[in-house]
Amino acid sequence: MSALRARWPLHALAAACVALVYAQDASAAGIPPGERRSGYEFMSRETRAMQDDDFANPGTLWVLDGEALWNRKEGAARRACADCHGDARASMKGVAVRHPAWDAAAGRPVNLEQRINACRAVRQEAAPLAYEDKDLLALTAYVARQSRGMAIDIASDGGMRPFLDAGRETFMRRQGQLNLACVQCHDEQWGKKLAGTTIPQAHPTGYPIYRLEWQGLGSLQRRLRNCMIGMRAEPYAYGAQEFVDLELYLMWRARGMKFETPGVRP
Amino acid sequence: MARAVVNVPATVRRGEVFEIRTLVQHAMETGFRRTQLGEAIPRDIIRQFVCTYNGAEVFRAEFHPAISANPLLAFSTVATESGTLAFAWTGDKGFSVTESARITVV
Repeated sequence: MSALRARWPLHALAAACVALVYAQDASAAGIPPGERRSGYEFMSRETRAMQDDDFANPGTLWVLDGEALWNRKEGAARRACADCHGDARASMKGVAVRHPAWDAAAGRPVNLEQRINACRAVRQEAAPLAYEDKDLLALTAYVARQSRGMAIDIASDGGMRPFLDAGRETFMRRQGQLNLACVQCHDEQWGKKLAGTTIPQAHPTGYPIYRLEWQGLGSLQRRLRNCMIGMRAEPYAYGAQEFVDLELYLMWRARGMKFETPGVRP
Repeated sequence: MARAVVNVPATVRRGEVFEIRTLVQHAMETGFRRTQLGEAIPRDIIRQFVCTYNGAEVFRAEFHPAISANPLLAFSTVATESGTLAFAWTGDKGFSVTESARITVV
């Protein structure tokens, strides 16, 4: 006992405790910025080539559909997106990298799909589009395409903070029959194999994505449902606040990373 | 109306082999799947693709149920004359899409 006290004087023990607390803080902070990798970097050469070439990327088909929808008059107001926003290539540049973003009318952050639907309801007086509806995916892909190559830039100040914290809490919380948390795979085991596939870091850099497994385009919430079903948890409903909070946390976690929409994933 | 994207070089030197790439929007429903209620989902696929170069057929493909949705085709031909490349996809349920591209041979 006295030998231990001699080897570990009180101040050294205190310093060790402080170091331990910092180490825990570091793990809570997740992947260090220098080690963050987009899902793109875990893909095969062929799948990367598919994403990089607009003529081979099937997401292009949705982007082109979205462009047509952008210019089509909709709803009781007979107004097209272009009538207010003009050329999307200028007006929508940088919009997707800021979403989920604060919505003053709703008093909470909304994702890009919800923003498009709100615009439809208020400006076009049209019925909202359902999640995973082909038209909503096309419009989202077209809007998001305008931010390709830009850095993800999520606001975390003001009213966003509690929603961001709620999203982080969901990411950290064990759930489902397998009792797994998102963090266990995506922060702690990324790069290793789960069945035949590499575990990515879960940075939503290319949504909506063309997923080869889906043979089609899908939203981030569809992808999150996949993960939740995989851990045998009951997925939240499409558009649920829990999902938007989780999207917000994931986008914030990927802040500064390059936006790739329309991404291709295996 | 399904969407198609074709990628053809604008100008090619005479006698040169050039690549053509096409991408078409189609679900390619195999006919082997069932709904959650057990009803068979009928097959709905593209059956045939034909590419003509100034009216002459240069490439033809038959499609089968194992081919992916939104199929990409890449093939090549020899540049002979300036003119038009015409592409036609036909399939189940009266599916028919055509697209064309101009090419200049120098």
